[in-house]
Amino acid sequence: MSLTLRINGRDRQIDSDPDTPLLFVLRDELKLKGAKLGCGLEQCGACFVLADGEAVPSCVTPAAVFADKQVVTIEGLAERETGARVQRAFVDARAAQCGYCTAGMVVAATALLEAEPGADRDRARVALERNICRCGSHPRVLDAIEKAAKTT
Amino acid sequence: MNIQEYPLVSDWLRPDGDHLVIRSGKVELGQRITTALMRIVAEELTLPLAALRIEPVRTGVTPDEGVTSGSNSVVDSGGTLRLAAATLRARAMALAAERLAEGVADNAPDLRIADGRITDPASGRHVNLLKILADCGDALPVDPDAPPLPLADRAPAPSAPPLGLEEIVRGAYAFVQDLERPGMLHARVIRPPRRNGRLEAIDAEARAAMAERGLEIVQDGSFLAVAGPAEWDVIRGATRLARGCSWTPGADLDEGDYQDLLLNNPRTSVPVVDGMPQDAPVPPPFEAPDFEATFTRPYQLHGAMGPSAALAEWGKDGRLDLVTHSQGIYPLRQTIAESLGLEENAITISHAPGPGCYGHNGADDAAFEAVLIARALPGRPVLLKWTREDEHGWEPVAPAMVVRMAARLEGDRIAAYSAEAYSDTHRGRPRPGPDRAGPRRLLANTYREAPEEPFVATPNMTRHAGLHRNLDPIYKVGEKRMVKNLVHDLPLRSSAMRCLGAAVNTFAHEAFLDELAEAAGQDPLEFRRAHLEDPHALAVLDRLAEALADSPPAEGAARGIAYAQYKNRMTRVAAAVDLRVTEAAEPVLERILLVADAGRIVDPEGLREQLEGGALQGASWALVEELHWDRDGVIDRDWDSYPVLRFPQVPRMETLLIDRPDAPSVGAGEASPGPVIGAIANALYGATGMRMRRMPFTADRLMSMALAE
Ligand code: FES
Ligand code: FES
Repeated sequence: MSLTLRINGRDRQIDSDPDTPLLFVLRDELKLKGAKLGCGLEQCGACFVLADGEAVPSCVTPAAVFADKQVVTIEGLAERETGARVQRAFVDARAAQCGYCTAGMVVAATALLEAEPGADRDRARVALERNICRCGSHPRVLDAIEKAAKTT
Repeated sequence: MNIQEYPLVSDWLRPDGDHLVIRSGKVELGQRITTALMRIVAEELTLPLAALRIEPVRTGVTPDEGVTSGSNSVVDSGGTLRLAAATLRARAMALAAERLAEGVADNAPDLRIADGRITDPASGRHVNLLKILADCGDALPVDPDAPPLPLADRAPAPSAPPLGLEEIVRGAYAFVQDLERPGMLHARVIRPPRRNGRLEAIDAEARAAMAERGLEIVQDGSFLAVAGPAEWDVIRGATRLARGCSWTPGADLDEGDYQDLLLNNPRTSVPVVDGMPQDAPVPPPFEAPDFEATFTRPYQLHGAMGPSAALAEWGKDGRLDLVTHSQGIYPLRQTIAESLGLEENAITISHAPGPGCYGHNGADDAAFEAVLIARALPGRPVLLKWTREDEHGWEPVAPAMVVRMAARLEGDRIAAYSAEAYSDTHRGRPRPGPDRAGPRRLLANTYREAPEEPFVATPNMTRHAGLHRNLDPIYKVGEKRMVKNLVHDLPLRSSAMRCLGAAVNTFAHEAFLDELAEAAGQDPLEFRRAHLEDPHALAVLDRLAEALADSPPAEGAARGIAYAQYKNRMTRVAAAVDLRVTEAAEPVLERILLVADAGRIVDPEGLREQLEGGALQGASWALVEELHWDRDGVIDRDWDSYPVLRFPQVPRMETLLIDRPDAPSVGAGEASPGPVIGAIANALYGATGMRMRRMPFTADRLMSMALAE
């Protein structure tokens, strides 16, 4: 039985085995490589996508589980007002070094500000706990979120 | 050194239409070196950043600048590019003078250069710099004495987002892990269950299962991999294949406390004088010093966010094409050639971005493994990715380290000071050397059909290198005794991590100095000042004191400070840390303040980012990171068992920069971790009254120290 996923506002026919974790469907079949493979264990946040507005890891959960959800990847984030604002704020704050963690951070920050437009720094600290960064971009990510929140 | 081998301006800078192309051998690791190099060239030539491009780093195209490490890139590549640009500017000015003088009586116009134009203020005529650069010729040698653009004419390049950042936030920046080629295969390696295990057999069912799934098995002795077109199939295939493998157990790794191993194993010891190891007998320890203390760091991981990866293609013509995030593509090329008996020029290696590595992680090993797989499947590009488990379990780790300090005070001055460091090698990079030192340092080579013997390290005898980096104190003390002990036969394979020995040596100096200051009844900052002569060091400390003066630590928090100059000759950093300790003995960082002097500032925001990133990595090492192992190998193979600093633990961070436009620019990526670790330890003493000398300073450790007292 074939699987249809709604990704970045479009229905996509999926050929991969529906048991395949969403991340590999996105990257391998749909060539959406913005979400990164960091751990494959739901421990680091590099593979985050929005599923019905919530930031969730995509590296373990089978694609089929997302069948009735609106999935938005980093590539589709600019279409959302908050997503675009967060992306701009990340650039302005220079909130990335190597950038491997950044897609996941931008997704998590967008989910946070869509749910809580006025979220402050302390709230952001807690909300991004699941996102690891090894380069130490954290203070600038917090700056970016603060800025994106303020500019509402 | 790079200028001798690449003496021409055109080795470094090449006009190309509307652009000037920069050719550097230094690679982008997220440290913003490409942005810094562009700014240097832009400033020397008064060109906008948009007029510059960076040539991708590739063997045979960009210069061989060895390894991108040691915070050296701004000095090495940046220094040469500045000279090349200054040479080019001088030539362009001369050519412009000829052109603008045509038909003018006074034929020595006093030309001005600004905004990419050379202008004759007398006539108002001008020429476009980029156009004239194209006429400067390919044969112009870099003038090692070319004067930099006078201060008055310098306009620092305006702040612009660093290269790649726009793509990064849109998910459009391609890492090695994201590469794609027609007909590409994905691959995974199957590792032995124990470090020294050897492959005995693969059962028939597993082989059949691979064939059924359309997956290729690649085997060379005990090096085993699986490859196929779809990544998820390959991941599952690797799990299936692993189930069908039997391995010999191999020898156990030595277990025990790393401190005991470091102090008791065989070692090579040399004295260190003025930062230089000496081929001389080790001076005896001080007799009955007044103060002694031992500081330690466990094994730690580079722990890149993305597991290492590489893309290799073994052409049907026998040529090898490799894309890697290695920090040293030329040494890697030599070592691969030596490992496989190939001609170096049959191999092309290109650098592509990888996740931040903070030193020598799995990148080179993964690159060579991709080559081994591609060699077995000629004509098919192979993208090998390590797994998280591979990265944690098999990367060349940061060596555990012990530093023993001893001192005598006379009044409030340090009259005698001894620092003795013990550690495994920090030189695990696959650089060619005697006794196949290159091949021996590639992981897979020790598992192949004809395995290489494990690498045996010898002491690095260069100034402030390896485990003796910053072992020599920056402070003026009476009698000095420094010893470097390279310890042998340790359980885990180790290599270079950000700062090398300087992280632990600086921690030891800075924590010990606070102990001495207390004994001398001195304020820690004043005590440091009294033992420093360098006016720039004093300026950095003064700036710190000034910034701290009107912001005492919050209620219940304590403050610690520290100071260091990386390699005793590069960036100076003073750090202050405010922290408190919860009821549950958990240290909570509240604020980190850094003051830094990196000479002439190239890219202020980039410099801040490097210092901040270093500070937070130092904080993570100091507070949470410790790698455990047992006789089988590394135990901690994920982010739960090997925790790192996360958002809730990140403090407020401020960075103050001192710019010295007349001083050379120096790199800063490794300047802040050491002082931050020291300042954290000193703040913890303020908060708890306990001297934490063993990293990481966890709640458990604080608790057991409190109980022991
Ligand atoms: S890759 Fe999914 S959480 Fe790490
Ligand atoms: S920017 Fe490198 S891991 Fe976050």
